[in-house]
Amino acid sequence: MLQSLLFLLVAGAGSWFAWKGFSRVWTNIQLGKPETTTGDTGERWRNVFLVALGQQKMFKNWLPAVLHLFIYVAFVITQVELIEIFVDGIFGTHRFFAPYLGGFYTFVISSIEVLSVLAFVATLAFLSRRNLLRIARFQKPELKGFPSRDANLILLGEIILIVGIFCMNGGDKVLQSRGVEHYHLTGNFAVSTWLGPALFGGLSDGAVMVIERFGWWLHILTVFGFLCYLPYSKHLHIILAFPNTWYARLTPKGQMENMPDIQKEVRIMMGLDQPDGNAPAELPEFGANDVTSLSWKNILQAYSCTECGRCTAACPANQTGKKLSPRKVMMDVRDRAEEIGAAIASGKASKENYNDGKSLFDRITAEELHACTTCNACVEACPVMINPLDIILQMRRHEILSQSAGPAEWLPMFNAIENAGAAWAMSEPREAWRD
Amino acid sequence: MIAKTIAELQSEGRTPEIIFWVGCAGSFDARAQKVTRALCEILNHAGVEFAILGSEERCSGDPARRAGNEFLFQMTAAMNIETLNMYGVKKIVTACPHCFNTLKNEYPELGGNYEVLHHTQLLNELIANGKLKLKEGGDFKGKRITYHDSCYLGRANDVYEAPRSLLEALDVDLVEMKRARKNGLCCGAGGAQMWKEDEPGDKRINIERVEDALETNPGAVVANCPFCITMLQDGLKAKEKNEQIPVYDISEMILTRL
Repeated sequence: MLQSLLFLLVAGAGSWFAWKGFSRVWTNIQLGKPETTTGDTGERWRNVFLVALGQQKMFKNWLPAVLHLFIYVAFVITQVELIEIFVDGIFGTHRFFAPYLGGFYTFVISSIEVLSVLAFVATLAFLSRRNLLRIARFQKPELKGFPSRDANLILLGEIILIVGIFCMNGGDKVLQSRGVEHYHLTGNFAVSTWLGPALFGGLSDGAVMVIERFGWWLHILTVFGFLCYLPYSKHLHIILAFPNTWYARLTPKGQMENMPDIQKEVRIMMGLDQPDGNAPAELPEFGANDVTSLSWKNILQAYSCTECGRCTAACPANQTGKKLSPRKVMMDVRDRAEEIGAAIASGKASKENYNDGKSLFDRITAEELHACTTCNACVEACPVMINPLDIILQMRRHEILSQSAGPAEWLPMFNAIENAGAAWAMSEPREAWRD
Repeated sequence: MIAKTIAELQSEGRTPEIIFWVGCAGSFDARAQKVTRALCEILNHAGVEFAILGSEERCSGDPARRAGNEFLFQMTAAMNIETLNMYGVKKIVTACPHCFNTLKNEYPELGGNYEVLHHTQLLNELIANGKLKLKEGGDFKGKRITYHDSCYLGRANDVYEAPRSLLEALDVDLVEMKRARKNGLCCGAGGAQMWKEDEPGDKRINIERVEDALETNPGAVVANCPFCITMLQDGLKAKEKNEQIPVYDISEMILTRL
């Protein structure tokens, strides 16, 4: 009874905090401009199934892909056990499903155990890739401080979860073998049948019962801890990868978004169209200088980013020592959305006329934007279909169109196109190569 | 070599099957002009009735748009589309992947709808339907070469096989770089970088790419883009390998086998 009450308290508080966190993320994503979703629904589902659920793009690099798959599949299948933990927690039962499912129950829990062992190995491998092997993409400046701690904390959390599972199942198996009342037989679990006795075989019934309960509570508390932590962490990708792949643009990677306002303006100016009397009184801002002028999809992508750095590792500018890092672009967008979101939530400002004297340009410098070759390597590299290039190009548009800034070296090219119709100012005619 | 403008052709009462979009590099850059002429000779040889726009062609707008100058892009694009639509153009071939991408993907929204081919795609078509027959042998048969995917033909438009199947038709010994196809490394010129100095860093991107190419120990490097050709040549020059290892456009190789 006490345990049920305690469980309901934890579940209630955990869900409430998690709800607050997810609402905050949802609100912050809405800071972006509306963008409709067009294109074939079938292809969108295909992306969700193959890229998000099937992890297709992870397998460009098979070692981390396999390790990641262990953790991913273990995570998904452990949710089955979580159902039972909930039922037991609320009703004070013990392994509620075991008597009903029989051999199938043994099979499911055994699968969870095998995957948990694989996930344990993978987690240790990931910790060492980050902290011992120091893989280059995990050592970039944008990961200093919280992002690096965040990554390690998540991996640590995974180890705690797995420890919880084996304390719980191992303890249970020992108590079952001793015929202790209340611990009904569940058949042999793949790992804890031998791991349990090996670890806890020498302890008294009482001590093993404590370990079993400790494992159970450790597991469920870590689960709620994760749930509450997700909206503050790069680990949010486990949820947002799905909507993100659904909403990803289906147009060819080379195609830039059109700017219909400018198209209209130019056609009127060139006498190709007649003015329709709807001309704006003042010139609007073009491109993006803040998250509020980006699309909501850009912000969704920023929150979907798990900072793996495949984009940055593939970026030709980054590889040759330039300041540009596509991952940092995504992190900057997310952090700026957090900053604005927090200011609005505290009641200090409103979304409509937000102005704190800062912009995205305070985080993403012109030097970074100017280093991009628009090669789409970052877009191709992202396992969850994030597009850092789109943000870079929107900011370049703001720089040129609204700030009249940008590299001075581009001015002769602009002038040549405008005045001579060619990207270089040339004196000979365009078809002179024929002679 | 015959390469008439569409205006010249129309004055003779003829209509071209296809427009050859030469592009700024193909028109003015000495190295790219060779590719332009090679493609014209191939099209002449295959009996393809084509025309250029000549002085009526303008920059497609790719560098302006990627630099962020949408006004300029819209202006130059609208003028090109007016011209193309006035002549009733249906099909376009270009040797520049940047023009290819802009015309194919970005002009339709602005009212310019054409079938746009990269020249490697057209050359494949011509070989497939027997209009273009390659002679046996030649300088490139069995030659060890490596192929550089341009970003705007490759990742931007997923065209990886058309150039490779031409190389197969040429019987070359194709050795792929460690980064190829979807993972190909940029030459460093895209996104209007061609018109500016590099941002501060410790290496130029074309040097990084040429190192990939040199690892394959090639007799020649093949590309499909005027900017890539310039960047790769510069990179090889910096490595003092430009004498031994030439950089070709595929059309130049095809030309030797007619």
